[in-house]
Amino acid sequence: MARVVILGGGVSGHTAATFAAKWLGNSHEVVVVTPNAKWNWIPSNIWVGVGQMSKEEVTFDLDPVYKKAGITYKQAKAVSLNPEGSANETQPFVTIEYTGQGKEGESEEVTYDYVINATGPKLNFGATPGLGEGSQLGEHTVSVCTADHAEHASHKLQESIEKMKKGERQKFLIGTGHGMCTCQGAAFEYIFNVEHEIKKAGVRDMADMKWISNESFLGDFGMGGLHMKVGGYVVSSKIFSESLYAERGVDWMVGAHVSKVEAGSIDYELLDGSTGTENFDFAMLIPPFAGVGLKAYGKDGADITATIFAPNGFMKVDANYAAGTYENWKASDWPRTYQNPSYSNMFACGIAFAPPHIISKPMSSPNGTPINPTPPRTGMPSGIIGKAVAHSVCDLITKGEGAHLHEASMAEMGAACVASAGKGLTTGTAAAMTVFPVVPDFEKYPGTGRDTDYTFGEIGLAGHWIKHILHHLFMYKAQLKPGWTLVPE
Amino acid sequence: MVKHEEVNFARNDQSNTTMIPGRFARAMRTNLIWQFIRFVIINLKMLVVVSKSH
Repeated sequence: MARVVILGGGVSGHTAATFAAKWLGNSHEVVVVTPNAKWNWIPSNIWVGVGQMSKEEVTFDLDPVYKKAGITYKQAKAVSLNPEGSANETQPFVTIEYTGQGKEGESEEVTYDYVINATGPKLNFGATPGLGEGSQLGEHTVSVCTADHAEHASHKLQESIEKMKKGERQKFLIGTGHGMCTCQGAAFEYIFNVEHEIKKAGVRDMADMKWISNESFLGDFGMGGLHMKVGGYVVSSKIFSESLYAERGVDWMVGAHVSKVEAGSIDYELLDGSTGTENFDFAMLIPPFAGVGLKAYGKDGADITATIFAPNGFMKVDANYAAGTYENWKASDWPRTYQNPSYSNMFACGIAFAPPHIISKPMSSPNGTPINPTPPRTGMPSGIIGKAVAHSVCDLITKGEGAHLHEASMAEMGAACVASAGKGLTTGTAAAMTVFPVVPDFEKYPGTGRDTDYTFGEIGLAGHWIKHILHHLFMYKAQLKPGWTLVPE
Repeated sequence: MVKHEEVNFARNDQSNTTMIPGRFARAMRTNLIWQFIRFVIINLKMLVVVSKSH
């Protein structure tokens, strides 16, 4: 009997675990190690953050689902990997520390035949002074990265709305809280949902709204922007986005690195090297992501973390990490199998894998501060990669070491993305977009890097309906209800 | 009289160089019949991209 240990139970880890359990059956063991008791459909946190959904609607308990699937569930965080075992253990193992199940604080060594690292990111609030401490959110701003954060954001938003109703003007500052952030899409959704709710509350004229982002232009989204078909034109996402911001009366500041957060104000540095201060009454700033800080040790106890993980803490996989400067970057730099080059029984998926480089053009201020978005690895690509990795591991177990590894390169897959711009059955809107491929391939598509037959976008109520239906579909799928495998990632 | 879509052009230089949808385009965004048609079309387009990506 082989044992597959999956570190993390988010979109990618949960997908990998549930498919591995389905394909391997009772002949082998699938273990999930995740510090969380609940699964969270993160895209809907936006609606929790504006009070349009409850925390309970976007989460569910993992324990009964894993019991049903025959998955061994350990509510714990992974601390370190020993891919060669240790002086006392011949098998490779992962050291975990329990965060629940009545064993809080206890450590355990879990041996494995294969390990899938799907730990997701550490929310690195500590990277910006005042934004937070370590992975903990600070007191001056709010976040929608977790359901708890989103619930807190909703309370703060309601307080601001009440103040506006009493005649007190409010300044809303929403975007990214560091020059190296990703997930601009989530902040994009949040600012327009906040604007929609303020309008519904009848106090839009009392609100000043401003977007702040590390993107060098609006609509970069960490993907170097995109060109999509809109109304018969091929349009840059810059024009698409600027139109929406102007229409909704939202000012913007791009190419910005937030260097410090204090009560009611932030300090920032722009790509041209200038600095300034922006005041706010309500701020939602996404933190940068980092690896969760897993360590790795050799059989003799030597620290081999740098062999397995990139300096940012994400796991090295079959990517080309020696691509050099921007001019040399190619679509083929991006990983295909997500297998660790040093240990063939180790894989990474979702945010946990180290990308070869960013997608957007690298930029920094004259002071040397890097200000560019890091690549998004969430949502649909995250699920597809998780499934492909699970497929590879299952084949290695059932067909032997020579089994063909399944491939899911972000430079060859597309993504469907629906960005909410306000919730409401007949009044809501969302930007429905598809992009193909996620990572532009300028050798295959010399014009825009992508296939414009499959890259399109439009804003409307239909997009909102799709986003709402996707919420229910993915909550249904993740709970492994009848027919769950029919719902695509 | 200034039309609704023209107001924000005057807000600042940023907004002045964008395109802002007019009354008809905004109305179509939440027009139930048109959006139902778009719902079907967008879903079909997304299914094509999803099928090419698996």
